[in-house]
Amino acid sequence: MSAPLSLGPARPVPLSAVNPVAQLTAIVLVTGVLLISGDLVTPAVLLVVDLALVPAAGLGRPADLFRRTWPLLFSAAGVAWVNVAFGSLEGAAAWQSGATWALRVVALALPGVLLVAATDPVRLADALTVHWRVSTRFAYGSLAALRLVPLLAAEWESIRLARRARGVEAGGNPVASARLLSGTAFALLVGAIRRATRLATAMDARGFDSGVVRTNARGSVLRPLDGWFVAGAAAACAVAVTASVLTGAWSPVFS
Amino acid sequence: MPAQGVWRSTVADAAVHPSDAARGTSRWRTVDIVVTAVLGVAFGVVFWAWNLLWAAVGTAFVAFPPGQAFMYGVWLLPAVLAPLVVRKAGAGLFAELIAAVVSALLGSAWGSIVLLYGLLQGAAGEAGYAVFGWRRYGWPQAVLSAALAGAMAAVLDLYNYYRDWTTGWMTTYTGLIVISSVVVAGIGGVALTRALAASGALSSFASGRTRV
Amino acid sequence: MIGPAAIRLAGWGFRHASRRAWAVRDVDLSVAPGERVLLTGTSGAGKSTLLRALGGLLEPESGDTAGELTLDGAPADRRRQQVGMVFQDPDSQLVMTRAGDDVAFGLENTGTPPERIWPAVDAALDAVGFTLGRDRATAALSGGEKQRLVLAGALAPRPGLLLLDEPTAQLDPEGAALVRATVVRAVADRSATLVVVDHDVESWLPLVDRVVELLPGGGTVEHPPGWRPAPLRLPARRPHPPGEQLLAALATGFTHRGSGTPALLPTDAELRAGRTLAVTGPNGTGKSTLALLLAGLRAPTTGTVRPGPALTAGLRRPDRPPHRWPAGELVQRIGTVFQQPEHQFLTGRVRDELSLGALRAGAGNATAARRAEELMERLGLALLAEANPFTLSGGQQRRLSVATALATSPPVLVLDEPTFGQDRETWAELVALLAAQQDGERALCLVTHDAAVVTALADDVLTLGRPVGVP
Repeated sequence: MSAPLSLGPARPVPLSAVNPVAQLTAIVLVTGVLLISGDLVTPAVLLVVDLALVPAAGLGRPADLFRRTWPLLFSAAGVAWVNVAFGSLEGAAAWQSGATWALRVVALALPGVLLVAATDPVRLADALTVHWRVSTRFAYGSLAALRLVPLLAAEWESIRLARRARGVEAGGNPVASARLLSGTAFALLVGAIRRATRLATAMDARGFDSGVVRTNARGSVLRPLDGWFVAGAAAACAVAVTASVLTGAWSPVFS
Repeated sequence: MPAQGVWRSTVADAAVHPSDAARGTSRWRTVDIVVTAVLGVAFGVVFWAWNLLWAAVGTAFVAFPPGQAFMYGVWLLPAVLAPLVVRKAGAGLFAELIAAVVSALLGSAWGSIVLLYGLLQGAAGEAGYAVFGWRRYGWPQAVLSAALAGAMAAVLDLYNYYRDWTTGWMTTYTGLIVISSVVVAGIGGVALTRALAASGALSSFASGRTRV
Repeated sequence: MIGPAAIRLAGWGFRHASRRAWAVRDVDLSVAPGERVLLTGTSGAGKSTLLRALGGLLEPESGDTAGELTLDGAPADRRRQQVGMVFQDPDSQLVMTRAGDDVAFGLENTGTPPERIWPAVDAALDAVGFTLGRDRATAALSGGEKQRLVLAGALAPRPGLLLLDEPTAQLDPEGAALVRATVVRAVADRSATLVVVDHDVESWLPLVDRVVELLPGGGTVEHPPGWRPAPLRLPARRPHPPGEQLLAALATGFTHRGSGTPALLPTDAELRAGRTLAVTGPNGTGKSTLALLLAGLRAPTTGTVRPGPALTAGLRRPDRPPHRWPAGELVQRIGTVFQQPEHQFLTGRVRDELSLGALRAGAGNATAARRAEELMERLGLALLAEANPFTLSGGQQRRLSVATALATSPPVLVLDEPTFGQDRETWAELVALLAAQQDGERALCLVTHDAAVVTALADDVLTLGRPVGVP
């Protein structure tokens, strides 16, 4: 396992042109509709819309998309099977039901995958603080911590090697593995907390905690495209629900 | 090997307002924010690695989810641990959400699902501390927080994935997850906080000075 | 406050709330605007405390203050916005993922309007000579470049006072030189007063106007121009003749999976009993990688690491190279001391740390406990027997790290940057400690960029060259 060293896309993809808060709004709408739906048609329609956006997120090649989502696909298949195996339905009805939940899982997950593929964390923080008035201290404090990810990943590796040098190794024994893992995780946490404390001091030394209202050097703008994107998401939801109702499949979870 | 110093100035700790911690203000200092975020970040990296491990090894578990329920506790650690360390309202929600965000940013295949789970699990865990007015951070609080977070996780799973199960299986599943959560996130969380305090890493926090 | 700041301390002292002893006391100091001062003193004399007080980072409630400390007539915590500070570890100071954004961070905090931020960022980057551009990823910078960027961030708000706390402690000689040159360039116009704390006193002497030493008992001493610190007393050495070959690296190279450029070009190295090999070379040539290969912690992608008969004796599978040895067997033959001692701590007590190695190698409890006692005596850790290793000071942790590597009496000892981040006193202690390990039978391998260590300890030197393609 080697952790990717940078979070967010290396270069902007077409979907990056949409403001992150617009994408988040769209995700909220779609997620809401999916959570209350209980049929096969709604997730199917929304999934088609998501797949249409996949090339815009820079994941145009099927190999790219598969690489990012294979655990999900795997699990979705598992979800279908499990519902059949442990469920209270029988035969074809069971499989259709299982397929419904599986499809729903994929449809729920995919918008988030697209967002991540198209958005840089800094832009996300800028958009959240400017448009949704999220606390700047929390947003940029989180960004500062986020910057430590590649460092933590490298430290994990170093700690693992250091432990081997001390004579501690996993071998095949699962109990020993678990102890080694928790020991390594502990050392990592200690280092991470110390580093975070020093980082906080440095940030305060640069006036982070001064109580003055922060300005944003990069800014974030909302454009007509963002409005259209959200409208498009709402329209897609409407189409999905309508199709579901028209084919008689609509069955919200609460009924 | 990465470069990192053995900078051990206790003055740095003095600089991050320990007096506030002693007074117990509810205002979040910069160090509270960054350390909570880092806890979330560290666990997000662990989750991401764990997810990969899951998918690779998970064939057996995919076939028998109740078997994987007992490992659930690790996912809920940030929500229970962060308030114990930082002792500020909202720390559990914040840490769990950051962990989910980092896990997603690192390319988790579960995309928005991870974010949804993080948000709701974090909120449930937070409720465990809210019940006590965010004033006490001991065993009972940790165990309650872990139980609530675990229950929320189970409910989410049942709602999203395991709709057709019989009531019997649903109960078993929930029970296993809550137990796992209480043991790993609740009891484990308190033990971890104590170990961290013993290592001196928590000298900027009240949790590093007082016994739980 | 515009322009360089004037500092005035009169009888100033500070004591932390939880301590009985004063961290600093009886400091009388006046610094004129635009002056450059080097602050020295033994560790524990309170240099860092003083610097943080000047930066307004000491909360009045966190301890007792005596006397007066003012910047341009006002107390330091009212002047915080006009002070720029740079600390040791660049990775604990950089906040944003792109260079320009990080420099802008300080300006955003003070509410500067966006249209004024970017010109100030460009001016600051220019002032420090950072030419890699605003969009350069901070993670991709070398240590020296990172510190340079931190300096730019500190200078962007045009501070009247610049405080540097051990800015070069974690850098290799190249990076340290880069930072010093940058500081000189940045304060050339005397627009800010400069106070530097650094244990590398000799390098800073030509760059400052005054040298002030904090005395451990309180008070200060002003050193006249032309003063030099007393040279460190290095242990007298008597090189031993080379014994048998314990470990040999034959054309070993390493390339990370998926990477185009090798981290280490094929290199030959030899560790002989009784001799100390120092591996040096500029950054990026793979010194640490070679250490890992020799220590059996990484598998070489080209070449082999061949252990001599003294090491392979007693192995269950003597035909295997070190990286395939089980950890329990490795720890008895090759001891490794990491750059960051905390990575190697496994227990909550110093005593347990020291008995662990022996236990791992299969010794009984009684033997292990005896060994631990022995080591604690020899390495001066007896008073810390019950302490948590993470709470030890930097120098103590380093000593403990060496002790744990020695616990199983391995014939080979590999150390990665043993003097990293150490101040003068702990440096001397550590060098003496390592010299004591040169007993004529053990082979030491020191990976270091510290030229003084090479002079003090090395019998043989291997210098790694610059890899092809790296600027």
